[in-house]
Amino acid sequence: MAPRAVPTSIASPRKDVSALVSNGILIVIALCFLLPLAWLVLASLDVKASYQTQLPAELSLANFTAVLTPGLTFLPLWNSVLLSGGTAIVTVVASVLAAYPLSRYTMRFNKPFMYAILFGTCLPITAIMVPVYSLFVRMNLLDSLPATIFFMAATSLPMAIWMTKNFMDSVPISLEEAAWVDGASAMNALRRIVVPLMRPGLGVVFIFVFIQAWGNFFVPFVLLLSPGKQPAAVSIYSFFGQYGAIAYGQLAAFSVLYSVPVILLYVLVSRGMGGSFTMSGAIKG
Amino acid sequence: MTAGPGVPTREPSPARSEPAGSGSRRGSRLRTLTRVLPLGPATALLAVFLLGPVLWSFYGSFTNAALTGAHARSQDWIGLDNYARLFADPVFPLSLWLTVLFVVASAILGQNFLGLGIALLMNRANRVVSGIVGTAVVSAWVLPEIVAAFVAYAYFSKDGTLNQVLAGFGMTGANWLYSLPMLAVVLANVWRGTAFSMMVYRAALNDVPVEVTEAAMIDGAGGITRLTLITIPMIKNSITTNLMLITLQTLSVFTLIWVMTAGGPGNQSTTLPVMAFQEAFKFSDIGYGTAIATVMLLIGAVFSIVYIRALRPGKE
Repeated sequence: MAPRAVPTSIASPRKDVSALVSNGILIVIALCFLLPLAWLVLASLDVKASYQTQLPAELSLANFTAVLTPGLTFLPLWNSVLLSGGTAIVTVVASVLAAYPLSRYTMRFNKPFMYAILFGTCLPITAIMVPVYSLFVRMNLLDSLPATIFFMAATSLPMAIWMTKNFMDSVPISLEEAAWVDGASAMNALRRIVVPLMRPGLGVVFIFVFIQAWGNFFVPFVLLLSPGKQPAAVSIYSFFGQYGAIAYGQLAAFSVLYSVPVILLYVLVSRGMGGSFTMSGAIKG
Repeated sequence: MTAGPGVPTREPSPARSEPAGSGSRRGSRLRTLTRVLPLGPATALLAVFLLGPVLWSFYGSFTNAALTGAHARSQDWIGLDNYARLFADPVFPLSLWLTVLFVVASAILGQNFLGLGIALLMNRANRVVSGIVGTAVVSAWVLPEIVAAFVAYAYFSKDGTLNQVLAGFGMTGANWLYSLPMLAVVLANVWRGTAFSMMVYRAALNDVPVEVTEAAMIDGAGGITRLTLITIPMIKNSITTNLMLITLQTLSVFTLIWVMTAGGPGNQSTTLPVMAFQEAFKFSDIGYGTAIATVMLLIGAVFSIVYIRALRPGKE
C-alpha cells in the first residue's frame, strides 16, 4: 500500500540531539531486558550458583555434564522433538490440504470457514484445558502421545491455515492450469507444483508451529502423565519442584540446553523472512 | 508431500473461473465434493479437538464431574449449581479483578505502550542500537515459557537480581513474590511479551510514508503533535489488532504465574486460568473448574468477536 518506506527522515536540525536521546533510552531498555537473562547464562556456568546473579568463581561446564544424562536430558528432549515435530507435521499437512480449496476455488462457505478459523485463533487455549482433560479421560486418551499431538495440532491449525492460505494465494495459478491441461488432478498439481513452489512459506509455518509446541508447558503438563513420555518443558518443572535444595546451576544449564534449539530456529526464520514479522501477513488479513 | 486422500478427480479444470455449461447438476455436486474433500483432515481435527472441548466445557459446567471418587466416572447433571457456587465464591470476584488487572496493566498499558515507544525510538536511533534492542526484547519472547518463568522467578526472588541491582543503588528491595506478587507477575509479563507489540508496531511504522510526517514538520508541527495527529491515526488499525491479540494472549497466561507465585500467597495472584486449574486438579473438582473455564471462554469469545468485526476478513 505505502510507497517505498524510508526508515528515517532525511533532514532535521534536531536530529542529532534526538538521535542521541533515543539511543540512550534504547540502550537502557535493552539492559533492562537482558538483565534477567544474565542470571541464566552465568548460573549455568557456575557450580555454586544461587538466585543471585554473580560472576562464577571459576567457569566450568560441570553443570552441563551433570545434566547431560539419558534420563535427565536426552529422553525429555527426544520427547520434545517427537511432540513438536509430530505436531508441526500434522499441522502443515492438514493446513496445506485445507488451504488449497480455500485459495483456489471460490466457494460459498469459504468466508464462513475463514471466519471460523479466525475465531479459532482467538480462543484462549488455557481456558479449555480443564474440559480437554475431562474429555481425554472420557475417551481414554490421557497419557497418549498421539492424542496430545493431535490436540496441539488442532490448536495451532487456525493460525497455520491462515498463514498457509496467504502463502498459497501468492503462488500464481497459471502453472497449475498448464498441469491441468496435461491431465493432472488437483491433488497432483498441489503435490508437484504448488507445494514445491511454496516451500519457504511452509518452512515458516512448520518452524512457527514447532517453536510454539516446543515451548508449550501447560498442554503436556495436563495431558501427559508418565515421566517417560513427558517433554523437556514438563521434566524441567519436576526437576525444579521435586528436590528440596534446588541445584540452580543445573536448572540453568538444562534451561539453556532446552532453549537453544528454538533460538536457532527463530534466527533461521527471521533471516528467511528478512526480519519482517512472521505474522504480519495474517494480521493484515 | 503426503499421500492425500486419493480423490478420483473427474474434473480436470478446477480453475477459478469456470467455463460455462460444465456438466449436469449431479456432476457439479460431485465436483463440489471433491473440491471440499481436502478440507476434511483439518475440519476433523478442529471439530474433535477444538470444537469438542468447547462444547464439552459448556456441558461439563452443568455437572458434578470430579477427578476422583464416585463422580469421576459418572457425573450427574446438577444444573446451574456450579455457577451459583461460582458467583457466591469470594475467590471468584477477586480472581476476576486480578485477571482484569493483569491484562490491563501488563498488556494494554505495559506491553502496548512500551512496544510502541521502542518502535518509535528505533526509527530515530542508529541501526546498531536498534538491532541490539530488538534482539534483547525478542530474546525474552522467544525463550520457552517455562524457562522465561524460571528466569523471572530468579529475578524477582528475595535475594535475586532485582534486589541486587536496587542494593547497588543503596535501596532495599521488597520480597517481591510475597509482598507484591501481582506487580512481579505484571512486570514479568511485560518483559516477556513486549516483543510482540514491538514487532507489530515496527512493521506498522515502516508503512507510514515519511513524506507525510515531513510535510507536517515543515508546517511547524512538533514531535508530540506529529505523533498524536499523524502517526497514531495512520497506524490505528495495527493498534486495534495488537490490543486485541495481546489481550487474548494475556488472558490465557498460566505458566508464568504458576511458576512464579502459584497464585499465592493466599489467592493474591490467582487469575482465572490459575483458579480453574487449582479447582480442577488440586481440589479435584472438574465440574467447578469447567464452569470457570466456560466463563473464560465467554470472555475470550466476546473479545474475539469485537476483534473479528474490526478486521473483517475475506472481503472477496
